Amino acid sequence: MRKQLVLTLVLAVFALAAAACGADEEATPTAAGTETAAAPDPCAKDQLILKTSGQLTIATDNPAFPPWFQDAEGAPWDPTTEPTKQGYEGAVAYAVANELGFSDDEVKWVVVPFDNVFKPGPKDFDFDINQVSYSPERDQALDFSDSYYDVEQAVVTLKSSKFAKATSLGDLKDAKLGAQLGTTSYDAIVATIQPSKDPNVYSTNNDAIRALKNGNIDGIVVDYPTSLYVTAVQVPNATAVGRLPAEGQEYFGLVFEEGNPLRDCVNQAIANLREAGTLDEAAQKWIEGSAPPVLE
Amino acid sequence: MRTHGASGSRSTLIALASTVVFALVVVLVVSNSPGWPEVQRQFFNGEFFRESLRVIPKAFLLNVRIFLIAEVFILVFALFIAILRSLPGPVFFPLRALAIVYTDFFRGVPTILVIYLLGFGAPALQISGIPRDELFWGVVALVLVYSAYVSEVYRAGIESVHPSQEAAARSLGLSQAKTLRYVIVPQAVRRVVPPLLNDFIGLQKDTALVALLGPVEAFRQSQIEVASNFNYTPYLVTAILFVLLTIPLARLTDWLVIRDRRRQLALGAAR
Amino acid sequence: MSAETVLAIEGLQKSFDVEVLKGISLTLEPSEVVCLIGASGSGKSTLLRCVNLLEPIQAGRIEFLGEEITAPGVDVDHVRRRIGIVFQAFNLFPHMSVLKNITLGLTKVLKTPQAQADQEAADLLARFGLADKRSEYPDRLSGGQQQRVAIVRALAMRPELMLLDEVTSALDPELVAEVLDVIRGLATSGMTMLIATHEMSFARDIANRVCFLHDGVILEEGPPAEIFSAPTNERTQQFLQRIIEAGRL
Repeated sequence: MRKQLVLTLVLAVFALAAAACGADEEATPTAAGTETAAAPDPCAKDQLILKTSGQLTIATDNPAFPPWFQDAEGAPWDPTTEPTKQGYEGAVAYAVANELGFSDDEVKWVVVPFDNVFKPGPKDFDFDINQVSYSPERDQALDFSDSYYDVEQAVVTLKSSKFAKATSLGDLKDAKLGAQLGTTSYDAIVATIQPSKDPNVYSTNNDAIRALKNGNIDGIVVDYPTSLYVTAVQVPNATAVGRLPAEGQEYFGLVFEEGNPLRDCVNQAIANLREAGTLDEAAQKWIEGSAPPVLE
Repeated sequence: MRTHGASGSRSTLIALASTVVFALVVVLVVSNSPGWPEVQRQFFNGEFFRESLRVIPKAFLLNVRIFLIAEVFILVFALFIAILRSLPGPVFFPLRALAIVYTDFFRGVPTILVIYLLGFGAPALQISGIPRDELFWGVVALVLVYSAYVSEVYRAGIESVHPSQEAAARSLGLSQAKTLRYVIVPQAVRRVVPPLLNDFIGLQKDTALVALLGPVEAFRQSQIEVASNFNYTPYLVTAILFVLLTIPLARLTDWLVIRDRRRQLALGAAR
Repeated sequence: MSAETVLAIEGLQKSFDVEVLKGISLTLEPSEVVCLIGASGSGKSTLLRCVNLLEPIQAGRIEFLGEEITAPGVDVDHVRRRIGIVFQAFNLFPHMSVLKNITLGLTKVLKTPQAQADQEAADLLARFGLADKRSEYPDRLSGGQQQRVAIVRALAMRPELMLLDEVTSALDPELVAEVLDVIRGLATSGMTMLIATHEMSFARDIANRVCFLHDGVILEEGPPAEIFSAPTNERTQQFLQRIIEAGRL
């Protein structure tokens, strides 16, 4: 009696498995010979493969800092609250969405902390916009769009620091520097500045900024636009000492799950925006300020 | 439960055989699972293992340093708290209450909060004379938190020493303080070596929390490796280093326990 | 009370949740040996612990060498220095060697220099046949040896009164004799002692006086010859009868 029950169960499992496999097969295409119009545009809004159809899901960090995002009061933005189009990345995100054919209401925001962007596996977003620099290693785990912002790293110290007057990389050799974990800012310290003291690494930029205020480190490295917010708002008695030279141009790209065809459509959108001058306008509006000299 | 003779060795053989079979099945299932090659590449990658071995052990020295320094202070401070807690009589009530509040608070609050509050908060006060060094505050935070746990272990040890020992010592004319110092505490400490070790193993791992304040210790170093390579094998290297650190301490404990058990069992026993 | 009286107990009352000692009065003159006999629970151990100030009392007073030690504000440690007590369970310090067990009190309480303390302890141990056990830890000693060490530990403090609380009750029978011999030696050398014991023949041998404790009071008191051969109190008679039947007298 028990043997029959087991046998039945096993057969049922096999049947289910076979059915599941069978459902994957495409139905054979009909009317192969009929006239068709030009193949449908894969970037047309209704052709896009999205997490949720009819909706563009965009991810960023929480909080999202100026000049990349800001809320109605000009403060850092919480993506779980009212959406915002303010800030450079806010502007670019909605501009890209509009180019793809989405209305503002069809954009949905989700929170993905910076280092979670790179973990392998399927993503909860259509793309992520969070000052993610392209690198060949990162490109293996994700797909990057073309540049939506060419970026430079900058060194920020307290105005009272002896390193505030640095004019060359050599002047920073004895500085105790800090940066956020897993950023190109950290890489820049190690590869470009090569200080004699090991740099400190922090879980968030805010922790690094706190350490700067406390005097535990002499300087932090962040991307140049972030340094504007840091010196203007977060640490008013800090100054951007200089920008760092880079081997080739570092740039920010929108980040996609590996193999997502949406990337090509977005690249098209970015190209359109660049040609129309939208990116420059946004940069002028949100990332103004006189850039400090490049340290050599 | 022992079985005797032939049936005993037979059941041992069966146990052994079934363990081997089970292990084989697990290995087969895992290595033939569709995700295995990817998991192996991501977590058990030989190339990244070797690369990590060049940087992570050096960062691990920081964990060892923090652990050794903190441990010494914890052993002393926790004993102080435990003794405060055990002072008898109404005149010492404020001290006892202080000890209770201290242990309740520092056992209750998450260690990570104490690290953040002290490590970023204390230097921010900008009071001259207060050290700024992040390692200093990291160690202070660990000492405060772990002393709360260890003081309770000491207290259990002190209370487990039979009251007749105290009676014998006081009968010789030893004061309460001298009795504690020469008779009670030495016995108490010997009795609680295993739970003390437990807390110290926890401390070894919590040294990684100091990285939140900036210094790069082994776990942070492995995070840096992982962030730049998108491979998780460095975490494996760090895990192995932590486990290796635990083993000598565990064997030392076993030895201490065996050495003292004989002497403890002699207490008051007629032979 | 003459100033020479070693111990004077008056109207001692002690309760835990129940009343254990209901009015004990007793004196000890120098070099006297008084044995307390009675059933378990009669209060013998409690009485000794009260004398040593290990237990607070509810009523009555105790005078030791003319000083009232139950008065408030008495330096308890100082009193205990001069009274030696040996317990049924030996209570040696297991984490110290035999020698250390003995020198602890000498060095930490009497402030004797270590070298001198070691010498005194070694001499005492030799006198009691334990010289070779000096460096051993208590767990290596037999029960009889441990108890003799406990007696030496108390003696090393040069007490003026020794309290012995059923010191052979926890020993195997063949080990009892060696301990009793030690106590006999102490009595001969003139030590004032208050001994709680079940060893009736021993008590009959060395006691100047025997007190029968029953239910928290001393029902009968007198020289051993009287108590053991011709007890006047009925309870005493019953108790001794049971002892005789058990073959212990």
